[in-house]
Amino acid sequence: MEQYVLPNSGHSSNPEASKLGMWLFLFTELLLFGGLFLVYMVYRALNPEAFLIASYELNITMGTINTVVLLTSSLTIAMSISALQKGKKGLALYLMLATIAFSLIFMVIKFFEWNAKIHHGLFPGMEHYQSLPHGESLFFFLYFFMTGLHALHVIIGAIFIGIVVVKVGTDEVTGDQGTLLENSGLYWHLVDIIWIYLFPLFYLIH
Amino acid sequence: MSTATDSGYVNFFQAKKGLASWIFTLDHKRIGLLYFYSVLAFFLVGVLLGFLMRLELIAPGETIMKATQYNQVFTLHGVIMIFLFIIPVIPAIFGNFFLPIMIGTDDVAFPKLNLLSWWLYILGALFALSTLVVGEGPADTGWTFYAPYSVKTGTNVTLAVLAAFILGFSSILTGLNFIVTIHRLRFPGMKWFDMPLFMWGLYATSWIQLLATPVIGITLLMIIAERTFGIGLFDPAIGGDPILYQHLFWIYSHPAVYIMVLPAMGIVSEIIPTFTNRTIFGYKAIAISSLAIAFVGYFVWGHHMFTSGMSGPARIIFSLLTFLVAIPSAIKVFNWVATLYKGSIEIKPPLLYAMAFIFQFSIGGLTGLVNGALAANVHVHDTYFVVGHFHYVMFGGTGFAFFGAMHYWFPKIWGKMYNIKRANIAFAILFAGFNLLYFPMLIVGIMGMPRRYYDYLPEFTTMNVISTVGSWVLIIGLIMMLWNLINGYRKGKIAGNNPWGGVTLEWQTKSPPPLPNFLKKPELPEDGPYTFK
Repeated sequence: MEQYVLPNSGHSSNPEASKLGMWLFLFTELLLFGGLFLVYMVYRALNPEAFLIASYELNITMGTINTVVLLTSSLTIAMSISALQKGKKGLALYLMLATIAFSLIFMVIKFFEWNAKIHHGLFPGMEHYQSLPHGESLFFFLYFFMTGLHALHVIIGAIFIGIVVVKVGTDEVTGDQGTLLENSGLYWHLVDIIWIYLFPLFYLIH
Repeated sequence: MSTATDSGYVNFFQAKKGLASWIFTLDHKRIGLLYFYSVLAFFLVGVLLGFLMRLELIAPGETIMKATQYNQVFTLHGVIMIFLFIIPVIPAIFGNFFLPIMIGTDDVAFPKLNLLSWWLYILGALFALSTLVVGEGPADTGWTFYAPYSVKTGTNVTLAVLAAFILGFSSILTGLNFIVTIHRLRFPGMKWFDMPLFMWGLYATSWIQLLATPVIGITLLMIIAERTFGIGLFDPAIGGDPILYQHLFWIYSHPAVYIMVLPAMGIVSEIIPTFTNRTIFGYKAIAISSLAIAFVGYFVWGHHMFTSGMSGPARIIFSLLTFLVAIPSAIKVFNWVATLYKGSIEIKPPLLYAMAFIFQFSIGGLTGLVNGALAANVHVHDTYFVVGHFHYVMFGGTGFAFFGAMHYWFPKIWGKMYNIKRANIAFAILFAGFNLLYFPMLIVGIMGMPRRYYDYLPEFTTMNVISTVGSWVLIIGLIMMLWNLINGYRKGKIAGNNPWGGVTLEWQTKSPPPLPNFLKKPELPEDGPYTFK
């Protein structure tokens, strides 16, 4: 009996399916943060004064630098996709590594920011934190929880791009077979978009 | 694994051997069966816990366990039955096994992700079971983990909540996989409205899994944070808002009810045409009503909180939206009944289970309207009426659809046939036991017996005794049913490729199916998926 081969196998590579899967995954990420945004909204509405006072503790300069860093990294990853599609492998690799470098800069700045807050005893459970009015302590809890979850996504995204760098290096990901790179780019844009909302919510609203 | 041998091809059981070929398999059929064995095992544990609860309630006062133990037992019963049984049962078992076959492909879109979902399921299950042996014992909060008690109790809430979080991931990945598979891997020429209705049920379910589950994930993490740091998110003693927790919880957990029931409706829509030998009545109405239920289901969560403290307008809107869900549900029921009308009906075990589904789901649905009406809700809230209601929907509906699916696809999966007569007898006992167990709960609930107590007033004794006896009948039926199926697996007759005369694609391939599902090109029926000659 000759072997019949299905035209629509789940085991063959299917770029459209991969991209659709990535988009669906991004929806779940949005809803994951969505729950936190909801909690933020409710408690901000209940404690407008306390949230305002607490937000003065944050360093707008560092936040702004980080926003610029992250936006630039989104640009570099988008450019790397175009570069690879145009067959410029070297340039694509260079731009991907630049994205990873930006993510490291972001994390270093984040580290100094967090460090300063923790130094002031503002991390949940610390002595100074416990003595804060309820609204302010909620603000700092949400600040650490949401930026922490976001930072986790930055790390995962950077590792993801790192894996793609290796695969581009070994020509497993190429201009024609570039779905993995595109997906890492999509993920990275999500990381960026969430930060675009976190930044004004915590640093800028006065 | 002994299997039916049909010479001339290698079926998926025979394709590879050994434990590793199962637990690291990428074949959707094997992953479906991995889920089958694990989900069934947890179902039996959940049944055992339910049996113990009924035993405790056979008489007023302390019978076999203390109050705290009873609280822990009903919590574990809930967590196991919800997160380990009824959410994954139909999508992860029969969805995995039959979705690719019924749309004419050889696997889901992401086979590795599929395997990962099963591993996450097992990991989550281990977390849930570890609460039994670690620290203060299993959580005693109820499966809803309501704050502030879930923040204060010394029992293993954190572990139980982590288990639910991990199981949520597993559920999300399964949903994601199914959506992409249905979008991208249908057999060339199969349009959306050419898909069997089980696919529509799975498709609607998958969207809920995808879009609702992350919300519970983050909410459960907040419970852990609250327990660890005492933030004051949900505990009113330190300034938190327990109602906010209830909102966040039900934003997921009400849509989750439709994760549980929509695939079951899909199963019923498969079984009825096959055993009436006619096309389903109102195909498009059934398909679209699945999406309608999924959509409206997002906006009704507030009906769990009518007595928690909500504004009048909010309650009225939630109540109205709740009534709206009844419309697409009733559309399905009427279409199933209309399909039976003037059909050439063959009364076989799968059809009996589908009939029981319609009967019990209708009782569950109609009692749901009583709960959804604002005035009546105040009276029946937190009584046994609610317990009776959701067991009628979940067990009487989804549970019976699961049994029906087991009997319907058994010959396809294992290639053998069970004893039909014994299956019918087991069904009759199960059906009687089920109604004996849960109908008295509706009555005793109306009389005012509150749920979640290990004790009750003497005037509720008669009904509780009937209910407990019902639980014994139910368990006897369950054992008979499983024993008959196991016997069928061990020494049943060869079933053949299409014992029921079904027309969807799974009946065109061999039983058990070969590894790539189809050895020759599947033929799509010309006039929709249920064309009977």
